[in-house]
Amino acid sequence: MSDISRLASTLMKLDDRLADCMRCGLCQAVCPVFGVTRKEADVSRGKLALVDNLAHKIILDVDAVEEKLNRCLLCGSCQANCPSGVSILKIFMEARQALVEYRGLNPIKKLVFRELLTRPSLFSAMLRMGAPFQGAVMKKRSAKTYDLPLFHKLIGDRHIAKLPMRSLHAKYGDLKVPSKNGITVLFFAGCMADKYYTSLGEASLKVLKHHGVGIVMPSKLTCCGIPALASGDRPGFVMQTKKNLEVLAQSMVMGDGIDYIVTPCGSCTATLKEWWTHFAPEFTPAEQRLIATVAEKTMDINAFLIDVLHVDEKPKAAPSGKVTKVTFHDSCHLKKSCGISAQPRKLIGMNPNYELVEMAEADRCCGCGGSFTLFHYDLSKEIGQRKRNNIVATGAGAVSTGCPACMLQLTDTLSRNMDDVKVKHSIEIYAETLPD
Amino acid sequence: MVSPNLIKALEAVIGAENVFTSEADRQCYSYDSAVLKPTIPAVVLRPTRTEQLGELIRLCYDAGLAITVRGSGSNLSGGTVPDTSDSAVILTNSLQKILEINTSDLYAVVEPGVITAQFAAAVQAKGLFYPPDPGSMSVSTLAGNICENAGGLRGLKYGVTKDYVMGLEFYDYEGNLVKTGSRTVKCVTGFNLAGLMVASEGTMGVISKAILKLVPPPRASKAMTAEFADVQDAADAVAAMIAAHVVPCTLELLDNASLKYVEADQKIGLPTDAAAMLLIEVDGHPGQVADEAAIVEDVLKKCKATAIHVAKDDAEKNKIWAARRNALPALARARPTCVLEDATVPRSQIPAMMKKLNEIKAKYDLQMGTFGHAGDGNLHPTILTDKRDKEEFARVEAAVDEIFDVALSLGGTLSGEHGIGTAKSKWMEKETSKGTILFSERMRRACDPKGLLNARKITGYSHE
Repeated sequence: MSDISRLASTLMKLDDRLADCMRCGLCQAVCPVFGVTRKEADVSRGKLALVDNLAHKIILDVDAVEEKLNRCLLCGSCQANCPSGVSILKIFMEARQALVEYRGLNPIKKLVFRELLTRPSLFSAMLRMGAPFQGAVMKKRSAKTYDLPLFHKLIGDRHIAKLPMRSLHAKYGDLKVPSKNGITVLFFAGCMADKYYTSLGEASLKVLKHHGVGIVMPSKLTCCGIPALASGDRPGFVMQTKKNLEVLAQSMVMGDGIDYIVTPCGSCTATLKEWWTHFAPEFTPAEQRLIATVAEKTMDINAFLIDVLHVDEKPKAAPSGKVTKVTFHDSCHLKKSCGISAQPRKLIGMNPNYELVEMAEADRCCGCGGSFTLFHYDLSKEIGQRKRNNIVATGAGAVSTGCPACMLQLTDTLSRNMDDVKVKHSIEIYAETLPD
Repeated sequence: MVSPNLIKALEAVIGAENVFTSEADRQCYSYDSAVLKPTIPAVVLRPTRTEQLGELIRLCYDAGLAITVRGSGSNLSGGTVPDTSDSAVILTNSLQKILEINTSDLYAVVEPGVITAQFAAAVQAKGLFYPPDPGSMSVSTLAGNICENAGGLRGLKYGVTKDYVMGLEFYDYEGNLVKTGSRTVKCVTGFNLAGLMVASEGTMGVISKAILKLVPPPRASKAMTAEFADVQDAADAVAAMIAAHVVPCTLELLDNASLKYVEADQKIGLPTDAAAMLLIEVDGHPGQVADEAAIVEDVLKKCKATAIHVAKDDAEKNKIWAARRNALPALARARPTCVLEDATVPRSQIPAMMKKLNEIKAKYDLQMGTFGHAGDGNLHPTILTDKRDKEEFARVEAAVDEIFDVALSLGGTLSGEHGIGTAKSKWMEKETSKGTILFSERMRRACDPKGLLNARKITGYSHE
C-alpha cells in the first residue's frame, strides 16, 4: 500500500465520526479563527470536509490539508455549539496524529515533547539558567511585562511577565502537608503554575492549606501531555503520561489517601479527565485502571473549593480599601470541556475588594490555544484583540480567568495595547482574602 | 479550467489574497447544508467592497464561467452548490457593513453579507425590531435570506423576509448596477425588481445592497405549552386561536417522535406520551398580551389539551423554547445524516399531513420526527438516516418524493422556506404549470443569456 493510501485508510477509521457532520455551518458563528479570516477552510465544517476528502482520496495534497488543520486553536467552541454533536476535537487530534505518523514530527517539537517536557528537572534547569540573565536580554514593555529580543525567532515579540527564579517543585521538593479536615488532594500544578506563574501555584497551596486540606505534590510530575497531543505527537503524549502515571501510582496506589487530584489549569483538568481516557487503549491494563481513577478524581481547583469545600457559604468580609472592578474570561477548556463557569465567579465574589462585571463574549477564546500562538502568532494576536476590546469595554481594572495559558495571552494582548489592566487567576483573587 | 489571464484580471480587482485557487480551498466551497453531491468550483472569489462585485461578474461572464454566489453556505436546497466544476463561487461574507439604521424612518441599509443575528442584535440595540428569524440566523447572511426568502418561527404574525425588503441594489450579468425600491414606505417607481430578486436563488443577479424595513418591538410577551393526546386536537386548537382573532407570534408543534428524541437527548422532562405539543407565544402591548393569553388558554382547554403550562417568567419561557430549539439538534444527533424537509400545507390540513407522514414513515421503515411552524402549516418532517447506506437512502429518497406528492395533493407547496435549488427543481412543474416553467425560463434567458447564473437551480435552464 502506498504511504498516502495508508494515511487514507488510517483516516477512514474516523469515517463514522466524520459522517455526523451535516454541513450546517453553525460553527461559523463561534470559531475564533474564522471570525478573523472568514475562510471556510479555517472553520470546522471546512476542515472536516477536507479530512473526509483525504480519507476518501478526493484530495491528495497532504501538505495543504495539514496546513489547514493546524490553523485551529482546539478551543472546542465549535463542538460545544454543534447541533449534530460531532466529536470534532477527537477527529482533529486523531487526524493530526495520522498526519504526523505519515510524515514524521518536526524535530524541534520532538525535542520539546519527548525530552524537555518528560523531564521536569531538565525543563526547570533550563529556566533557572535563563532567569538570572533575563535582565540582560529582556526589554521592558510596560509596567509589568517585557519582551525578549534575542528570542524573537522562537517566541516573537511577545510581552511576557518575568521568569521566576525557582519552580514550585524545586522550592518544595516532594511536598506533603497533612490534612486537618479529612480531605487530601494531589496537587497537579501543571507546567505553567509550576514554572512560570509560580505565584498562582503558591496561591493555590495557600488556599488549600488555609482550609486544612492535606496536600501531596510529587516533584516528579511532568507535563499533562496536551501540547504533544495537539501537535499530533502520540508517542510523546504516551511517554509523558506514562511518567505521570508512574508518579501517580506511587501516591494513589501506595496509600497517600488521595481524595481528589486538583489542578489550577483548565487545560490540565480537561487533559487528565478527557484525553487520558480517550487514549487509554494506548496503555497497559494496570495503567488503564489508574487512568479511570484519575479521570474520576481530577477536579479544577475552583470547582473543588465551591462544590466540595463550599467556601462560598462562609460569610463575606467587608471591603478593606478601594474596590476594583474585575471581569472574568472563561477559559475554553474550563468552560467548554469541563463545564465550569459559575464556580470561579463565586470565588471572585468572595473577595469584597473586587466587583465582578461581565464582559461581552466572556467565553469566546482568547486566541492562545497553547502552541497555536507559537506557530500562528499573527492570527493569535488578532483573535486576542477582540478579547482585549471586550475586556477594556467593561472599564475593569483587572481581568481574571481559570487558566494560566489564557493569562499569558491576556497579558500579552493587554500590554501590547498599553492597557492598565491586571491579569489574575481566580484563585489568586480568592487567596488575597485569606491571612498569609 | 480558468485561464491564467482571467486569474490575473480577477486578482487585479480584489487582490491575490482574495482569489482562492488551491485545491484545498476550492473543495471547501463545494457543498452547502443540503444533502447533495458536492461540486468543486474552479475558483473562489472574495470581494471586500461591493463595487468589486460588478467587475467580477463581468469578467467571469465574459469568460463563460458559471457563477454561484455564496453567503455562509447554510442553504438547505443546494442553492450554493456550484452548477459545474467550471464555476466561480463569489463570497459575500466579507461585505458585512451595516450602512445605516434609521430609527425615524424605520429602515436599515445593509451590505449583502451581514449576518442575520448580528443585524437583529444591532437593530435591537437601537430599540427596533427585525423579525425574520430563520433557524440558521446565527450564521446566515441577509442577502442569502433574501435570495431564499427565508422564514422562521415568527412567520405567522410578522411575515417572512420578503415582507421586509423595501429596496435593493444588484449587479446584472454584464456587471451593470440595478437599483429598485426606496427608503420610503410607498414606491411605485418602475418594476418591482426587488420582488423578482426575492427567492431568485442567485439566478437573476448579485445583490450588493438592501434596504430593509424595521418595526417597533413588542413591549410584552407570554409563552405557554399545551399537550395533546391527538394531533387533530392540536390542529383544532391552532384553527380555533385564529378564529378567535388571536395571531400568536410563534405557534410551534412537536410531534410525539420529536418529543421523544428531544427528551432522550436533553432530559428536560418533556411529555413523551403526548401525541403532540404546541408551543405558543403571544406578544404586543401588555394589556393585549394578557387578554390574548387568556383567550389562548381558554381555546386550549376547549380543544382538549391534556396539560397546559404557562411560563411565569423569562427563565420559564426560555425553558419552554429550549424544547423547540433543541428539536433539530436532538434529531440530528440520532443518526449521521439528517434530511430536513419543509413541505408546507394550509393550516387546516396539518392533521391530514401528519397522518400521511406517519404512514410514509411506516411504509418506508424510516426514522422520522416532525416539528415545525403549526401556525403557518410549515412542517419539518425530518428523516434520520445514513447516506452511506445506499439501500436505506434509496428508501429515504422515495419517501421524500411521496411527501411532496402528499403536500401537493393537500393544496400545499414544495417548500415553505428552504428554497427549491436543485433538490426540488424536478417537482416545480407538478406544483405550478408548464406555462410557469416556460415563463420562468424566458425571463431567465433575458436576465442571463448564457445560462451562467446558478443555471441548474429552481426551474433549470436548457442550454441548447
